[in-house]
Amino acid sequence: MNLSTFRKGGVHPPERKEYANSKALVRLPIPSELVVSMSQHLGAPAKPIKEKGDHVEKGEKIALASSFISADVHSPVSGTIKDIRKVTMANSVTCDAFVIEPDPQQPEAFTKKVDYQDYSKEKLLEEIKDKGIVGLGGATFPLHVKITIPAGRKVDALVINGVECEPYLTADHRLMLERTKEVLEGIMICNRILNPARTIIGIEENKKDAALALEKEIELRSLPIEVCLLRMKYPQGDEKQLINATIGREIPSGKLPLDVGAVVVNVGTTYAVYEALAYGKPLYERIVTVTGDCIAQPCNVIAPIGAKVKNLIAFAGGFSKEPDKLVSGGPMMGFAFYDEETPIAKGTSGILAITDEKDYRKSACLNCGKCVAACPIGLVPTKLYSLITHARYEEAMANHLMDCKECGCCSFSCPAHLDLVHAMKFGKRMGRKK
Amino acid sequence: MRTVSTSPHLHSGADTQRIMLYVVYALLPSCAWGVFVFGLRAALVLAVSLAAAVLTEYLLDLVSKESTLWDCSAIVTGLLVGMNMPPAISLYIPAIASVFAIAVVKWTFGGLGANWANPAMAGRVFVFFSFTSQMSTFSLPRTIKAVEVASQASPLSLVKTVASSGQSVGLTSMQILAQQGVATSSFADRVQAATGISAYNVDAFFGNIPGCIGEVSKLLLILGGIYLLMKKVITWHIPVSFIGSFAVLTWVFGGLPLGLGFFHGEVLASILRGGLILGAFFMATDMVTSPVTHKGMLVFGCGCGAFTFLFRTFGSLPEATSVAILLMNIVTPTIDRFMKPRLFGEVKKGGAQG
Repeated sequence: MNLSTFRKGGVHPPERKEYANSKALVRLPIPSELVVSMSQHLGAPAKPIKEKGDHVEKGEKIALASSFISADVHSPVSGTIKDIRKVTMANSVTCDAFVIEPDPQQPEAFTKKVDYQDYSKEKLLEEIKDKGIVGLGGATFPLHVKITIPAGRKVDALVINGVECEPYLTADHRLMLERTKEVLEGIMICNRILNPARTIIGIEENKKDAALALEKEIELRSLPIEVCLLRMKYPQGDEKQLINATIGREIPSGKLPLDVGAVVVNVGTTYAVYEALAYGKPLYERIVTVTGDCIAQPCNVIAPIGAKVKNLIAFAGGFSKEPDKLVSGGPMMGFAFYDEETPIAKGTSGILAITDEKDYRKSACLNCGKCVAACPIGLVPTKLYSLITHARYEEAMANHLMDCKECGCCSFSCPAHLDLVHAMKFGKRMGRKK
Repeated sequence: MRTVSTSPHLHSGADTQRIMLYVVYALLPSCAWGVFVFGLRAALVLAVSLAAAVLTEYLLDLVSKESTLWDCSAIVTGLLVGMNMPPAISLYIPAIASVFAIAVVKWTFGGLGANWANPAMAGRVFVFFSFTSQMSTFSLPRTIKAVEVASQASPLSLVKTVASSGQSVGLTSMQILAQQGVATSSFADRVQAATGISAYNVDAFFGNIPGCIGEVSKLLLILGGIYLLMKKVITWHIPVSFIGSFAVLTWVFGGLPLGLGFFHGEVLASILRGGLILGAFFMATDMVTSPVTHKGMLVFGCGCGAFTFLFRTFGSLPEATSVAILLMNIVTPTIDRFMKPRLFGEVKKGGAQG
């Protein structure tokens, strides 16, 4: 079968999914302390509405969206707010956080089914906003903002992101396998809100079992959803590449999927949408893949937001050997951090404990062009690198530095082992200052 | 030790040193053939150029307080210099070429990655124009039993000399070689008898011709080139556009100097002679001095092919491939400036999006 993929650039990193792709979802026991940050999402941090010493119920709102692009935060447990303090997240962002001590007895909550079938579009959107749902693929963009379509704009394709192209991660894979019906239900809710001509689930071929499970269920219930199996290539899970791979369109520089008539929603997000509407359950937990060659028993764990990395690692049997690196997210775009006290957030798709690749020696740029061939955006990373290292930021911006998504294809391919992504991040920051 | 660094936390394993070693591996079979047909003298030439290149790199490292020997690029340069030498050459010439390549062409411009010309090729061109007669006298390979002569010009320059004397109008290069009494190997004679393929082409393909140590065996060079393609050290763009454009031009115009008219060029014979194959797979593909985009590589390769054809067919010296590549090296920054990749989502003016 000739599978499609995105056309430009891309790389084939080792998959390393075998650590956790056969491990069924398990629930993390409630830790003795949760640290829930106000900055769970892209955009402005939420504003706390509870104080130190307050008792909160499971799923109760503890912070409110503070601007248009922002999202509400809910307590994952019933418990007492012991403190409000600064916390540094895995991506080095420091923000306010609630320190919550869970009650010894946790009530059963959000187990009763709600009938939402006759909800209006507005009501659905309102519920999504109220339940603090953000994109769970990693970017954590508030979902209600994404699927509120401005007047005069039309969506003709809803693309569901089941690609999970980052190596190691298997959270979305397990979700599609084990919660097939629920995921499809969530997709149909998004479908009702957007009313697109086509709804397509993009899945890479290393998750064929999930694709078959979805297809079977779709056929059984004759849902208007297509499953599109994609040829492996990183970064296929990026919105721009996924839209290119599934419906063949290209989003121009600086534009959004909506500008080509498409909206992309991650499968994990659609599951959260389902739970929010069918049970009224806010987004206060997520699936995290705890994996890597240094994890004793890699697993896919349903963890409350605010659980600490050390809780997840202990649950996964601890370290089998001392890791060189802890990474939050996937290995291509994830953030390395060192503090196991760091809490997870809505965007934490994985926790990796890995040994570093063999230490290679850096050389000068050979002008080999591997980074150029790998760049899915059509940049010339080697040129940008040399401009940025010579502090010529404006020239770098004129060479489309801001289009760089930091996907890592260039650094991954570079035989000289140059820190190309690092330079891009730095160059963007310096360029914005001017 | 636990480290924190910017993503990505994975690497493809591509590595400068490994790239250089792959090139060395790809060149070795052809070197071995050169030593086999030209004798130990050829091995000596290779050893001298290799040693001179590595020693120069080492001494310059001392001067600039760097350590660059590990990247193995000096080994590639030294080997290529040696391969581009006639087997019987005085040993100081490859030494000079290697020193020039490493010290002048590479080091003074800032070392590996900053040189504007392929060091080995610039080294060869430097000594070619300094010691032209020694650089154009070639020993016969041991596979050809010729009476009386121990050395002769390469087929390429022989045909050129005869053709420019005007005594051979209307003859193909094969006929000229036969007329001049150029011997062939008994193996090639048998192949010709069995298949009808000219013995001269058979010899040129397998490396039974007088020529530089490392450029005679086209078979082994092509295999080396395929190895580099498989190891993803090079892409097909430069070799294919180089050889392709050369072949087309040769076919259309190559017959003119011999008085054969248009569309009578001898494509196969021309490709198999001289340093074209070595140049197309190993010299023009030098990463440092060729464009970074695939589009740019195609332009670069076509330029190399066109200039090689022009110099070979209409130039007065037999030196064509290396000068052509050198010329295109100069154009490389300009190609890179104008041949940028298409930005994702960018639509050509007036074009519709699919």
